[in-house]
Amino acid sequence: MSDHEYTPSSKFGKWFNDRLPLLTLANHLTDYPTPKNLNYWWTFGGILTFCLITQIVTGLVLAMHYIAHADMAFSSVEHIMRDVNYGWLLRYVHANGASMFFLAVYIHIFRSLFYGSYKSPREIIWILGIIIYLLMMAAAFMGYVLPWGQMSFWGATVITNLFSAIPLVGESITTWLWGGYSVDNPTLTRFFTLHYLIPFLILGLVVLHIWALHVPGNNNPVGIDIKKPSKDTVPFHPYIVIKDAFALLMFCIVFALFVFYQPNILGHADNYIEADPLVTPAHIVPEWYLLPFYAILRSVPDKLMGVVAMLSAILILAALPWLDTSKVRSAVFRPLFRQFYWILVADVLILGYVGAMPAEGLYLLIARVATAYYFAHFLIILPVLGWKEKTTPLPLSITEPVLGGSPNLAAARNDEKIEKTIK
Amino acid sequence: MSDQKDEKKTNRRDFLFTATAAAGAVGVGAAVWPLVDQMNPDASVKALASTEVDVSSMQPGQSLTVLWRGKPVFIKRRTEDEIKKARTVDINDLKHPEKDEDRAKNPEWLVMLGICTHLGCVPLTDKGDYDGWFCPCHGSHYDTSGRIRKGPAPTNMEIPKYEFVNTNTIKIG
Repeated sequence: MSDHEYTPSSKFGKWFNDRLPLLTLANHLTDYPTPKNLNYWWTFGGILTFCLITQIVTGLVLAMHYIAHADMAFSSVEHIMRDVNYGWLLRYVHANGASMFFLAVYIHIFRSLFYGSYKSPREIIWILGIIIYLLMMAAAFMGYVLPWGQMSFWGATVITNLFSAIPLVGESITTWLWGGYSVDNPTLTRFFTLHYLIPFLILGLVVLHIWALHVPGNNNPVGIDIKKPSKDTVPFHPYIVIKDAFALLMFCIVFALFVFYQPNILGHADNYIEADPLVTPAHIVPEWYLLPFYAILRSVPDKLMGVVAMLSAILILAALPWLDTSKVRSAVFRPLFRQFYWILVADVLILGYVGAMPAEGLYLLIARVATAYYFAHFLIILPVLGWKEKTTPLPLSITEPVLGGSPNLAAARNDEKIEKTIK
Repeated sequence: MSDQKDEKKTNRRDFLFTATAAAGAVGVGAAVWPLVDQMNPDASVKALASTEVDVSSMQPGQSLTVLWRGKPVFIKRRTEDEIKKARTVDINDLKHPEKDEDRAKNPEWLVMLGICTHLGCVPLTDKGDYDGWFCPCHGSHYDTSGRIRKGPAPTNMEIPKYEFVNTNTIKIG
């Protein structure tokens, strides 16, 4: 936060700002001191904001044409695709936008994991992020049900049946969720309502997420605390704004490639068949972004324990700031952690792959090993690593390894090495 | 104004505070309940509680799927061989031990909910390792009595309430 007290230059500005300090807020946001060494992995926060707004805007206009009724939903979506002006574009942007949103959020999460952004004093930012991620999954799942195709219907059936695993009250809860004895019209209408609501909840949480971020300020690739403002920081505007804008442009190129050239590659052909409660598609798989968790669910042979394992896989992330016992944030200075980090990345990708494959034979075996490793990473490797690992010396500031002249001799000797790493 | 010592003791103000909070909680609970309960099955859903099915044209070995309360119900007219298979199994080998005699009162007719007890998919008829049903979603195998034999499903497929109205008609529900 800036040191100086802000005063608007115009008389009207001053009058307004004294009554509602919006200009002070705007000034805080533009002057906000940002570490000067932020790399492109830090641009995904801005990209995610763009994704959220895109989903809200396209979703709002799609809702003007969509009909949430079991008999009409499927044909209203086809109506959007064929008859509504630019309906095909709006729907493809919305459907692929969900995938892009998850792509960006996974990069954002794995960036935090690499640079230790979840550690003190940023635990609340991290936990708010996990809640946003959970809400994103709920919104994406319910949105996928709305076209009322075969995958919509059976995806909804499988996911809502997860609740039936709860002992004693499971059956009543699923009936309550459905509003009947199976997924049907009452289920569709309530999913539509909630699908409309959740993005606004996410928006509120994003505000809290950014607010919490602006208290300690951004973490950075070196992961050390810096003085703000100082030689180590630059103002958010124009430095970060222009960098974020460039990254967003690159991201939009990828987005556009999907929307205009492969709009259906991330979906399932079965969802262009209208929902039929009497026929289950031969191979039910969720959307790509849920596959790792689906693999964990299926790797456990017991129904209840499978559901518990799947939920724990997500909730364990919330405990991460306390499971990772290392005081050093950035993986740049943690040679062992760095290796385990990449094994975890590979492990999650493998889980995603086997989640898309039938749950039998070798795939099942791989899923079980990968699930066990996933939990071991958080519950065993991270706590032990923080205690055993010999980290490399941290620089005294962001500027120091670049400009040299360190008063700290040990750090000075590592100048060259650190310089290479942060470049 | 009370001094420091008095504040630590429970006083009349604390009682009022607790009583107000308790009454408030009851009021909020009563106000929230309609908002929660509106999601439960409504009267029109409950009204569709029973279905009658004409099975006069079914031959041994054939099966029929009908919709009851939005759920598929399998009606299978079993062959001699299938009945034998279902009745000769050692009950102790089963994950969810149930006698076929209890599941199909009339051995020729098996009426059950066509819903996999794992996560609710519709199993495929005359498939799987036990020549009964096979769920394509997560690989559960059921025998000719609809009992779970292999795979993640925890229990046998459910038998709904049904009766033969006459020799040709089954009433489900």
